[in-house]
Amino acid sequence: MRVNGKDLEPASRMTVEDLVLSVGHRPDRVAVELNGKIVPRSEYAHIALKEDDSVEIVGFVGGG
Amino acid sequence: MMNIPSEDEMDDALRARYSQEVHGTLIRAKIGIAGLGGLGSNIAAMLTRAGISVLIIADFDVVDITNINRQNYCLDQIGMKKVDATEVQLKRINPYSTIIKHDTKLTPSNIPDIFGGCDIVCEAFDKPSEKAMLINTILEECPGVRVVSGSGMAGYGRSNEIRTERLFADLYICGDGIDMEEAEGGLMSPRVNICAGHMANTVISILMNGDP
Repeated sequence: MRVNGKDLEPASRMTVEDLVLSVGHRPDRVAVELNGKIVPRSEYAHIALKEDDSVEIVGFVGGG
Repeated sequence: MMNIPSEDEMDDALRARYSQEVHGTLIRAKIGIAGLGGLGSNIAAMLTRAGISVLIIADFDVVDITNINRQNYCLDQIGMKKVDATEVQLKRINPYSTIIKHDTKLTPSNIPDIFGGCDIVCEAFDKPSEKAMLINTILEECPGVRVVSGSGMAGYGRSNEIRTERLFADLYICGDGIDMEEAEGGLMSPRVNICAGHMANTVISILMNGDP
């Protein structure tokens, strides 16, 4: 699958939440787009990723 | 005190400076600003000067002495609600603009009502989890509303490391991506304003259907 423009092999039964954690983000500090659509936060732990998925993860930092 | 120009005079001045297309687009836009700290208070002033005439502003906080180093408030406004102090500043720039104030803490349950009708919302919070909450709520529940977010603007120098990127179809991020805890110098006016400038400029650029 593609994650932020890079190829990545999804682990078996990897969820959106697993992926967010594996790239070093906290799930409460990100927004995630899967195949061009926003992923509702309530779905992070339930959506399993597939080989042909394209994922964009944005992590937010403090200050404003 | 000098006479304040009429609404027509102000309109003519902006129309003469911009094209009819630009002025007509800006004057019809409805822009939300979530958070009136260093980013939000300065974005509000820039957009009002540029001719945006409908702003929906939201913040639950009051002006504090520690805000003056970067936020668009003055010493005589300490203790005022930020929505009220911002309105005063904006009305001094354009008394004919419409400012819709929400003196409230933004939550997933009130965000759709407050910002649902906006063309664009500027995310100008300071805590990362609050930024994520606002952005996710708008992108999940307010179809058609685009979000411009600030992420990383603390410290000094490194002006050119603040950049704007369109990361999702409806999400633009401005900043250097570095947390304020990791940047030397904390939050300071010039660099906060560089980021606020990126955000306000992105708003205008989106309205004009340009690239960020």
